[in-house]
Amino acid sequence: MQGLAHQLIAGIATGGIYASVALALVMIYQSTHHLNFAQGEMATFSTYIALTLIQAGLPYWVAFAATLVISFGIGVFTERILLRPMHNASVLANVGVFIGLLLVFRNAMGWMFEYTIKSFPSPFESDTPLLGGLVSGHELGSTAVTLVVLGLVFVFFRYTKLGLAMRAAAFNASSSKLVGIRVGWMLALGWGLAATIGAIAGMMIAPVVFLEPNMMLGILLYAFAGALLGGIDNPGGAVIGGFAVGVIENLGGAYLVGTELKLTLALVIIICVLLVKPSGLFGRVVQSRV
Amino acid sequence: MMQRRTLLASSAALLAVPRLGHAVTVGVTATELKIGNFMPYSGPASAYGVIGRGDAAFFKMVNDQGGVGGRQINFISYDDGYSPPRAVEQTRRLVEQDHVALLFHTLGTPSNSAIVRYTNQRRVPHLFLATGADKWGNYQDTPWTIGWQPSYRTEAQIYAKYMLEQKPNAKIALLYQNDDFGKDYVTGVKDVLGSRFDGMVTTASYEVTDPTVDSQVVSLRGSGADVMVTAATPKFAAQTIRKIHDIGWHPMHFLSNVSISIAAVMRPAGPERGIGIITSAYQKDITDATWANDPGMRSWREWMRKYLPEGDITDSGYATAFNASTTMLQVLKQCEGDFSRENIMRQVANLHDLEVPLLLPGIKVNTSPTNFHPIRQMQLQKWSGEHWERFGDVIEGANV
Repeated sequence: MQGLAHQLIAGIATGGIYASVALALVMIYQSTHHLNFAQGEMATFSTYIALTLIQAGLPYWVAFAATLVISFGIGVFTERILLRPMHNASVLANVGVFIGLLLVFRNAMGWMFEYTIKSFPSPFESDTPLLGGLVSGHELGSTAVTLVVLGLVFVFFRYTKLGLAMRAAAFNASSSKLVGIRVGWMLALGWGLAATIGAIAGMMIAPVVFLEPNMMLGILLYAFAGALLGGIDNPGGAVIGGFAVGVIENLGGAYLVGTELKLTLALVIIICVLLVKPSGLFGRVVQSRV
Repeated sequence: MMQRRTLLASSAALLAVPRLGHAVTVGVTATELKIGNFMPYSGPASAYGVIGRGDAAFFKMVNDQGGVGGRQINFISYDDGYSPPRAVEQTRRLVEQDHVALLFHTLGTPSNSAIVRYTNQRRVPHLFLATGADKWGNYQDTPWTIGWQPSYRTEAQIYAKYMLEQKPNAKIALLYQNDDFGKDYVTGVKDVLGSRFDGMVTTASYEVTDPTVDSQVVSLRGSGADVMVTAATPKFAAQTIRKIHDIGWHPMHFLSNVSISIAAVMRPAGPERGIGIITSAYQKDITDATWANDPGMRSWREWMRKYLPEGDITDSGYATAFNASTTMLQVLKQCEGDFSRENIMRQVANLHDLEVPLLLPGIKVNTSPTNFHPIRQMQLQKWSGEHWERFGDVIEGANV
């Protein structure tokens, strides 16, 4: 029974990781209707920036804030330089750009920071294990951060004019243009915000899995599963989906399918959601008239 | 399908027959002997590139001292970027265009797995590979291929032997990476425990794509084990060390020696979390002051000064290169000028109690026509919180 509790809590802890990346994926999807495959690598890159700043002697939270600003800049810059010319290109061409971006970021990181793992500090580190070692201070802290970010995203999209404008730009570009929304900049803003959320996710994940250029490789797939399960256009749903995938994966791996098929489980979730309920558990069903 | 395969196999055998009779000498002239090699000089495993540079520097020293069997060694080393397809390409270039006599110290289990069929079909000596997979000791199926360092399986046998001695009724938890590397450890532990394996051992595997191994560690602890064997690559080893500490578990912990780097594993995991972890070693630690006046170490340092003045003298890759190249040189000396591929293989399988400068005292290189595992002994060492401290006698792998 204690084993089950351990697995459940370990699942929630890894679920928190998936949830934060899923949130960044939803952010991009909300504002551009694309899924950015380089999301994970961009987040890892931001984490390296944070580590560099911390090693340069900045206090953790100063480095944290600075990283968010820099990441926002990188996100906006990437959209302006790389995605803008692809504005009217087909989805496949965009996917090509995303994959290229993934490779560029990953190899650049290997070149600049080497492939050996690095430890990343956590601001929530506690020396005494909590609840008899069931959870660490960092797991609690990072879950709280994910929920706070979720709250901010919700408030931003729901209650601010800018959030509304971004949603409008993604939903119907030409109408938005007619009412005076600068659609191009809204897209860039969406990229910037997604990169910022990715940076937070990276900084919360790195203390757990250790920082290396491929840090997000496995995580991104589980995050996709989480985002799809919860609904790709619903930030809250994506977070719940992320936690659910973490728990399902851990319990399934420990008691049902065995550890070899944990990743397969994530793929099964993706396929099942797409087959049975493409909009996800909490997503909005979109009907288009043909 | 089966029929077609048999047909292919028998026609391959037919082709091979005429070559059986006389010895084949390739890559050797009156003045030169060509040795081929590939290494990951670029890409994710490029840290290993120093091994290739070390090999090249060693043969330069041999040449400066007059060569071997009247020949100068031409060591040709290409970059495979740790990518199996490129390894195949470079191997074909070495064998078919450069016409090397043999391949030496090619690095990486995936890359060597990609070329082992080719080298054995073409009967090219494929010697002293820089990988710890156990399959390179399979002299029956791949008689042209031989490893060098103790295999992962031998290492696991040594851990199992020691643990049985210490805790005859141990309950063992075994965490392994679900691939050739990790499974070698499972086999090694099984070799020693035999029919008791199922009763004594609980296993859990992980995939390299798993973000963490926390769940596996939690499961293993739940089995009530008091001994843990971790067969993991650095990132997962660091995660395991940390998780075991954080959940307050205190098993006797054995850790695969591919993951004992202080910089890449112990420090990221937290040096104090790993105190008491046991692993193994077969080479002298070049940073250990114990060996300050050791003759082998002195000859190594002198060589480094002369041939690799820009090389990092704390990088153990240069020690590995020096040791493996010394073994290679011994084989070439034993050939006594007959560098046919057949004779090279005969001498490869004819090393007896060879002492190599940077192997730990008591560990010797031995081969025979039925033993393609040149190094089968190791000594255990324990993590003190700052460094690894060797203890006990040299232990030999199980006879299987």
